Amino acid sequence: MKSSYLTPLFVGSIVLLLSLPFIIVAGVSFNEKKRLHFPPRGFSLDWFGDVVTKSEWLQPIGTSLVVALLATAISIMIALPVCLMLWRHGIFFAKALFGLGMVPFMLPPVTSALGFLIFWSEVGAYGSFWALILSHGVFLVTIPLIMISLGLETIEKELLDAASSLGASEFDLFRTVVMPLITPFIFGSAAFCFVLSLNEYIIAFMVAGFTVETLPIKIVNSLRYGYSPAMAAVSLLSVLSAAILFAAVARFGDLLKMVGSLDQSD
Amino acid sequence: METQSELQHASTLSLPEISSAKRWWWPDAKTTILIPPGIALIGLFLVPFLIMGAVSFYYRVPDGFYVPDFRLDNYLLFFDPIFLTALARSLILCATISVVCVSLAVPFTYIVSRMRRSAQVPIVILLLCILTLSEVILGFSWTILLSRTAGVSNLLVHLGMMDRAVALYPSAFAIVLAMLHFCFPFAVLTIYPPISRFDKSLPEAAATLGATPIWAFFSVVVPALRPTIISALVLVFVFALGAYLFPQMLGRPEDWTLSVLITDQAIYKSNIPFAAAMSVFLCIICLGLIAGITKLTKAKGTQG
Repeated sequence: MKSSYLTPLFVGSIVLLLSLPFIIVAGVSFNEKKRLHFPPRGFSLDWFGDVVTKSEWLQPIGTSLVVALLATAISIMIALPVCLMLWRHGIFFAKALFGLGMVPFMLPPVTSALGFLIFWSEVGAYGSFWALILSHGVFLVTIPLIMISLGLETIEKELLDAASSLGASEFDLFRTVVMPLITPFIFGSAAFCFVLSLNEYIIAFMVAGFTVETLPIKIVNSLRYGYSPAMAAVSLLSVLSAAILFAAVARFGDLLKMVGSLDQSD
Repeated sequence: METQSELQHASTLSLPEISSAKRWWWPDAKTTILIPPGIALIGLFLVPFLIMGAVSFYYRVPDGFYVPDFRLDNYLLFFDPIFLTALARSLILCATISVVCVSLAVPFTYIVSRMRRSAQVPIVILLLCILTLSEVILGFSWTILLSRTAGVSNLLVHLGMMDRAVALYPSAFAIVLAMLHFCFPFAVLTIYPPISRFDKSLPEAAATLGATPIWAFFSVVVPALRPTIISALVLVFVFALGAYLFPQMLGRPEDWTLSVLITDQAIYKSNIPFAAAMSVFLCIICLGLIAGITKLTKAKGTQG
């Protein structure tokens, strides 16, 4: 059949094209001199050494990690009660909050960023570390709302009925039945939020771009002063850490189900 | 995190029912648990948008600040050619990106969703990486890929298809490439759930009737997925409108889109009221499109 070799060719070439920029970045980061050549001239890991030892890079990396960690925690603390109340009791207020939480991802991020910029300057917290963390936390809430809801949908009603007929209270039910079943989804959404916040530029720039230097802001700022293989190295490290995190999510949970595939045929 | 939500839950559940029954104005336990998320979402997301809407009507003092007022000046600036060309450019660019991405994503997703799980997972991880890395690292990668010293033009020189290596950016072409790269994973993940749930017996039936797989795909699968495809086109369009760094990193000022214009006005020209007006306009377009498409697909769903 004709398509027997056409389909792998089609999928393979798209996957190759999608990875091409990362392959080039990886190659460039191994250059010996401070020039961007591909294929690299010479081989050196000095640029990676720079990234993990020099405070020029370590500081923004540290800032980004702290922001991402706290923003992720906030995001999940907002989303979890909303999802639970919506799923268990279908409260109108929960439904309204869920709908509101979908909005950030329906709008171009620039508009949210400008909203945050105006809001924090009205409040007098423009440029502060906490303004950035709260902005990220609220902005990213769509991810845990969607993913935790997907997790809750997989719980069978019979299971809950069985547990409560055996005398489990609402709290026991939550602790012993619901929580273990949705934990992979909570961790999955945490991984998404974390990586998104780590790499987010426009909100970080508009809320605290001149005071708090996150890694993406550092990269964009240093682009103005010319390129160096260290930037390729830090980019490659970001790509790899995201890939490792998602692979871990896939290892401990059902990644395909988390992105919405409900097909359980195999 | 877990313990905290458990504590929240525990405290609300242990609240005796009487409190909600006795005082009508007191929110019941189920609503109480929603108060912190409510404060966060309303106070830190809805309120900023409302303030932004108000600021779009404010008066901009020429030295860069703004004072409360109600005037339409900022919206009248929409008739400025700079805004109109940026708007036209954004719409054409994002429509192109959306059509190309979805046309590639539908067959791609269809094939991938029928592969073994162990083969699907690495592809989904790659897509998620691209999607979550945001524009900074992707834009940087593309500037290298299209550069003179490390870019694809070197490869073409090696193959004898070009005389000497050239830089392929800044150009509109570079923006299109980078945006396709960024939006394609979004397109795939948007249509992945409906396509993976798609009834496999339809194309199989077509195959037993003698259709080749490619013919079966276009004559049976694509028509059945029409609502999915239409909503994907809209969602990818809206997603592409948000691209902000690509036009700046890979293009020239004459390639700037609305998103870039908004930041430029807000940060570098410190004309926040005008930026707010453009932002409100962009929000209305996006929410209108999404509301329209949701209504359309829902109507289809209940009829069929």
